[in-house]
Formats: sequence, structure tokens, C-alpha cells
Amino acid sequence: MRSAYLRYELLRTLRNRRFFVFSLIFPLILFFVIAGPQKDNHNFQGTGVPAPLYFMVGLVSFGAMAAMLSSGARIAGEREVGWNRQLRITPLKPREYLRAKVLTAYMMAGISIALLYASGALLGVRIEAGRWVVMTLLILVGLIPFAALGIFIGHQLTVDAIGPVMGGGISLLALLGGTWGPLATSGFFYDVTRALPSYWLVQASYVALGDHPWSGLGWCVMAGWSVILGVLALRAFRRDTARA
Amino acid sequence: MHAVRGIDVTVAAGETVALLGPNGAGKSTTIDMLLGLARPDDGSVRVFGRAPEDAVAAGAVGAMLQTGALIRDLNVRELVTMVASLYPEPLAVEEVLKLTGVDDIAERRTHRLSGGQTQRVRFAIALVSDPELLVLDEPTVAMDVEGRHGFWRTMRAFAARGKTVVFATHYLEEADAYADRVVLMAHGRVVADGPPTEIKGLVGSRTIRATLPGVAEEALEALAGVAAVERRGAAVVLRCTDSDAAIRALLAEHSAVADIEIAGAGLEEAFLRLTADEADEESEAVAS
Repeated sequence: MRSAYLRYELLRTLRNRRFFVFSLIFPLILFFVIAGPQKDNHNFQGTGVPAPLYFMVGLVSFGAMAAMLSSGARIAGEREVGWNRQLRITPLKPREYLRAKVLTAYMMAGISIALLYASGALLGVRIEAGRWVVMTLLILVGLIPFAALGIFIGHQLTVDAIGPVMGGGISLLALLGGTWGPLATSGFFYDVTRALPSYWLVQASYVALGDHPWSGLGWCVMAGWSVILGVLALRAFRRDTARA
Repeated sequence: MHAVRGIDVTVAAGETVALLGPNGAGKSTTIDMLLGLARPDDGSVRVFGRAPEDAVAAGAVGAMLQTGALIRDLNVRELVTMVASLYPEPLAVEEVLKLTGVDDIAERRTHRLSGGQTQRVRFAIALVSDPELLVLDEPTVAMDVEGRHGFWRTMRAFAARGKTVVFATHYLEEADAYADRVVLMAHGRVVADGPPTEIKGLVGSRTIRATLPGVAEEALEALAGVAAVERRGAAVVLRCTDSDAAIRALLAEHSAVADIEIAGAGLEEAFLRLTADEADEESEAVAS
């Protein structure tokens, strides 16, 4: 009986215009503007990765992050109009509610990723099929902390606050994660960036070169952020829906 | 601070009960507890013999909360269908759209509705689960007169299926016209509980104000239909149980009476009077 609920939740999200601009069209434009002129650069800033591939995955991380966090904006909007109270007097269980939110976020991220892959292919990105699959799986795993972060900010912040927080947060996480190019390869700053989930999201591109993309540290960072943000998200959700 | 203190009300299945009271009487808090959205500090709330959350989880309760808008990016039919999908045995969506008078705007997106239309869609959302208990918190706010009549007609039709309805209102007329029983609340307490006629007698009294110097209060109190007399200089205020009888008697016996005004006591005023007695008793109890 819940499939209809999920279907309409997805439909609503697809009809949201702001989402299309911010997490679909914006990354696509950036990709063509930045990677287009460097189409034939096969060793971007000494990383050994072709520029189109580097920016494709960089912008996949950007667009997918934006898509995941946009669930937060939707949640905050629903809270503002009192929809969560309305849902609480239906048999919908918290688990089902959260699952629908996570699935919608992943669907949006999936669309963003697919469009950027297609754009990458247009600019000459060629990768073995198996590596496309592994890279995609890594990205999907790397989005888990962002799914939690979206739910966290959605239940923690007001609609007014969420725009700036999302815009600033995504830009900063993308910048530090290396979406626009590697920032540092050693030293304290390097250690800081490596502690961010967005760094490992971008690192997924190394799969395309046959490298092992995530070290033990990478998996630990991702697991750590998933747990921390997952706990924060659950707490914010529970507090938000607590009975006074 | 307590919004509600010591509410003890039992509603029988199939009854339509109005919670009547001015703003701040504790109606919404009572309703939140009934729906499991709030918990009492002390005591318990049972709905069909279960905790409110369990009754809600079983799909036995439908409600229209006082505040709340609709989520965007769906049309009316889609939204009602979405909510219906959460319940074990919902009514047919088309039937509910027709019943609540929103079938003509079924294709319209929810953010393009007027205030009254939004209220009707919220009503549809409350009804679509085919609940045994329907809870409405000041449902007719933002509706025009025609909308109100249509709304209450639908509510009555629904109640006639043997459903239990509890609604909050601060309009005496609504409680009187549409409830089998009225629970009168003020300052977080139940101050009266009975059939609408009885409550109307309590709060629906009228007052006569007039200029009439030189007549003893006792003489006025003796008039038919007068319950209490208050003198304010040359003016007198007669609180009436039957203002028709009182005005006839007043004119017959005191022809000098002038500047006559007859007014219905506002609900707020009636509440203040009803609760003032209680407050006095309380302060006396504290003093002794």
C-alpha cells in the first residue's frame, strides 16, 4: 500500500523546478564550460586523469550532493506548512517516511549522475563497462552520509536558513573535496580534505584508471561520517516529532 | 504553565461532540492529546480503548488540524490519493472528492487553491481514510458562509454513518447547530458539559442595559426573566434568562426607562462569568 505514497513523493520531487536548476542544469553547464576547453588534456594537473573525466566525476559529486541535500529543503518546506504533523496522524511509520526521503534523494542523485555521464561521454570520456559500474557503486555508497545530512538539516533548520546553508555547504564541500581540482597533496590541509566525505566522492574517479580508489582511510571516513550524520539525522527527526 | 488542567470527558461511539471555548481555552491542546501529538503530564488518553498512537497507526482516526497547509507539486486528486494509500481501507478517492466538493478542482495544483478550497481539501484528507473517529480543530476558519454550510452538511452526512466526531469551535452557533453534545472549555478546564440547549442557556443569555434612576435593584431583580441586576449610576444592567419576558415586564412596570439596549452576551463574556465563580472559590480555598 505504500508504493503509491512513494510514487507521489517521487513525482512531487520531479516537479520541483528549483531542484532542476540547482542539481541538474547548473552542474551540466559548469561541466561543459570548464571541461569543454580542456577536452584533450589527458593529464589534468598531474593527476594522471583526463580533464573531462576529472570534471565529470567532480561535478557528479557536486550534482549528486546537491540532489541528496535537496531532500533537506523539501523536508523543511513540509515542516513549515505543518505537513509532518498531518503525516503523524496517519499510519505512516517513521521508518517508511525516512525510507521514502532517502529513496527520493537517491533517485534525484541518479538522474544527475546519468546526465553527467552522458555529457562526459560527449566530451570523449571512455571507460571500461566494469569500471563505470564500480565507480557508480562507489559514488552511491559515498552519498550515504549526504542522505543523512539532508534529513538532518531538513529537520533542524527552517526554510529560510536552509538555502544559504545548502548553497554554502555544497560549494565548500565540493571545493575542499577537489571537485574543481586537487587542492593539496601533502601537509595538514591535505589531511583535512581527506577527512571529508566529498574528497572520497571525487576520488571515485580513480577507478577509471584502474587504481584502487578508496584506501582503508577512505572507507573509515565514509563509515564515520555515515554513522555520525545518521545519528544526528535520527536525533533531529525524533526531536522534531517528539510529543510535547 | 498548563494549557489544560483536569479534562475528564468520555465520548461515546457515534456521538458528535463540540469542544466549545474561546481562544486559549485549551481546545487544541486537548485535541493534540486525543491524536497522540501531545502527551498529558498526568493521566491518560484512550481512543477506542487504545493509546491514541495505536488508534492512529490502525487508521481509525482522521483529523483536520487547526493549522497547516498542503504540500506543493501535486494536484488535489494526487494528494488525496497519496494520503489514501497510507490507510488499510480508504474510501474511493473520487467519492471523497465529490463528498467534500473539490471534484471540480481535482486537477488543480495545491498551491493554487484559495483558503476555503484548501480547507476543503484538508477535509478530504481527513475523510479519505474512512475513520471511525473524525477530529476537526476549528475547521471552518477561512471558509465563507456558503463554504461553512457545505462543510457542516458533509460532516453531518459522515457522522450519520455511525462515525464519532469531535470538533473544536469558538462559535456557539456551530456547536449548537451541529453537535449532539457540547463540552464547554475555558482556561484549560471543562466548565460545562451537556446537550446544546443546556449550554446555550448557560452562555447564550442576553443583557438589557437601560437608563433608569431611582429604582431599587431588588425591584428589578423581581422582574420576570431577570437573573441578576447591576447598577452603574443612572444606568442598570439586567442579566436575563428570558430577555423577551424581562423587557415586557420592565416596560410595563417602569415607564421611565430610557436608552434601552438588548445585547447577546458574547461567548467570551459568558465564559468569564462562568469561570469567575470558579476562580473565586479557588482563591477562597487558598485563603482558608
